[in-house]
Amino acid sequence: MKTRPGMLNAAFSLARGGFTLDVDEQIELAGITALFGPNGSGKSLTLRTLAGLETPERGRITCNGETWLDAGKGLAVPAHRRPVAYVFQDARLFAHLSVERNLAFAEARARTGGPEVSRSDVIETFDIAGLLGRMPQGLSGGERQRVAMARALLSRPSLLLMDEPLAALDVQRRAQALNFIEQIPERFGVPVIYVTHQIDEVVRLATNMVLIAGGRIEAQGPAAELMARLDLPPFTGRFEAGSLIEAKVARHDERFALTVLELAPGTAIEVPYLDFPTGETVRLRIRARDVSLATVKPTGISLRNVLEARVEEVQAEPDTAFAEIRLSLVGQALRARISRASVHELELEPGKPVYALVKATALDRRLLTRR
Amino acid sequence: MTGEAISAIWLTLQLGVVTTVLLLAVSAPLAWWLAFSRSPFRLPVEVITTLPLVLPPTVLGFYLLILLGPAGPIGKWWVSATGDSLTFTFSGLVVASMVHTLPFVVQPMRQAFQDMGAAPLEEAATLGAGPVDRFFNIGLPLARRGLVTAAVLGFAHVLGEFGVVLMVGGNIPGQTKVVSITIYEGVETLDYATAHLLSAGLLVVSFAVLLAVFALNRRIPLGAGR
Repeated sequence: MKTRPGMLNAAFSLARGGFTLDVDEQIELAGITALFGPNGSGKSLTLRTLAGLETPERGRITCNGETWLDAGKGLAVPAHRRPVAYVFQDARLFAHLSVERNLAFAEARARTGGPEVSRSDVIETFDIAGLLGRMPQGLSGGERQRVAMARALLSRPSLLLMDEPLAALDVQRRAQALNFIEQIPERFGVPVIYVTHQIDEVVRLATNMVLIAGGRIEAQGPAAELMARLDLPPFTGRFEAGSLIEAKVARHDERFALTVLELAPGTAIEVPYLDFPTGETVRLRIRARDVSLATVKPTGISLRNVLEARVEEVQAEPDTAFAEIRLSLVGQALRARISRASVHELELEPGKPVYALVKATALDRRLLTRR
Repeated sequence: MTGEAISAIWLTLQLGVVTTVLLLAVSAPLAWWLAFSRSPFRLPVEVITTLPLVLPPTVLGFYLLILLGPAGPIGKWWVSATGDSLTFTFSGLVVASMVHTLPFVVQPMRQAFQDMGAAPLEEAATLGAGPVDRFFNIGLPLARRGLVTAAVLGFAHVLGEFGVVLMVGGNIPGQTKVVSITIYEGVETLDYATAHLLSAGLLVVSFAVLLAVFALNRRIPLGAGR
């Protein structure tokens, strides 16, 4: 396996108290990579191993051409010599140091050759100028996480690992913190591996996604592609099947309080009014059960989103009345969940042109994000 | 107050300070290792460091006398290195006090490091701090309450030593004759005035030291958050 820059090769196995983690994966480091899976699936253990906080009995890890672990040769670069920073769920600010001195601690130990990150940059990005003189004990959960992120970046890592940093925050603070996290890769030039079991965080943040369950990596790839795959529901089962669609805000219809999103010239979808400027690209998640299919163009119905698509794959759900259909919609993947009887009646099979009927009111605003 | 009593007090304070300072330096890394090591030797080492707590001072003193004596392995080396004996000298007294007081200093420190936990150390490591850096800049400051407790307990314990001191140091005025031994001698020779004075002095000093520590511990902000 040849390692290219921006590439993480991890092949290791690790046994901890009856649980075995087996990883053999090549992960491209670009933007934010979500490491997604249920609780107890080995996400945090994977992250800790990458950071050097756990040493596997077997395996090799190389990142950007540097070897971090080669158990066969007895080589394990200790955590403090890996160009990696870690944001823990509980922030872990040093209780005996003020916010400013927490930042200075990281700055004084910054990696050489890492991205140029200055103190004023992080203070501005994470809006923590007002907290500098405070002690960690006096900060709110959201403030702590912002300081933790700023501190991690100040150590100039080549890779930032984040372990469910929002888990301890309430809904409002989570939304706010997501805005900060979203900016990290572009603003500081640092790729992120982000552990979460919340699908809306994946939708919002992730370029790529790695799916982990029971100590094994089940799939990885671009987030939108992975969410459209039909063979993954056993692992993605914690969230409802759906697909990610990218579209541009084409125009707003003030009279009926609608916004028109264009997937491609001539293919548009109407959604309840969105407060996004025209021209902006958004990402929306459409649940499979909100998509119906027709073989002829229906008329005289209340559904306003009738889109031309093509069947790519049909998969019956065993022991249920339903089937999952993967459609191609001007090059993007769309999932539908309909009854097996309908599949039979409409003679749906790969290659067949259909009309996808999308219920606009069912669009989940929470799952609709700027890109 | 007699000159002998004053000299005993002065000697005791010197012994307390020197022993405590040396013990802190030895115990901090040892307690750190006991708190975080996964080595199979951790348990036997922990037992050894706790032994002085349960052994009769005479037993401890006896073995120390043999080890530190001019014929003993440590004593012989010391004589050839410094030209001085380790038994019946102040240096020997310091060594014996350190051994006897070790558990009183190691245990609170180990507890403090354990209470702090590995979390801040892991965080420091991922920010690029090496092991020595973590020990001095994260571990010691976060565990400072435990360090203060350890120092005070150690100091107080050295002041009150009797059996081990008698076995290893004997009763040489100005060299090894500490307060506790002077009190004993006072009682033996029916010099109750000196015994009263020194006993009361030790009582008051011990009370004052503990009071100061408890008061100080309240004022130091909690190390490990919460």
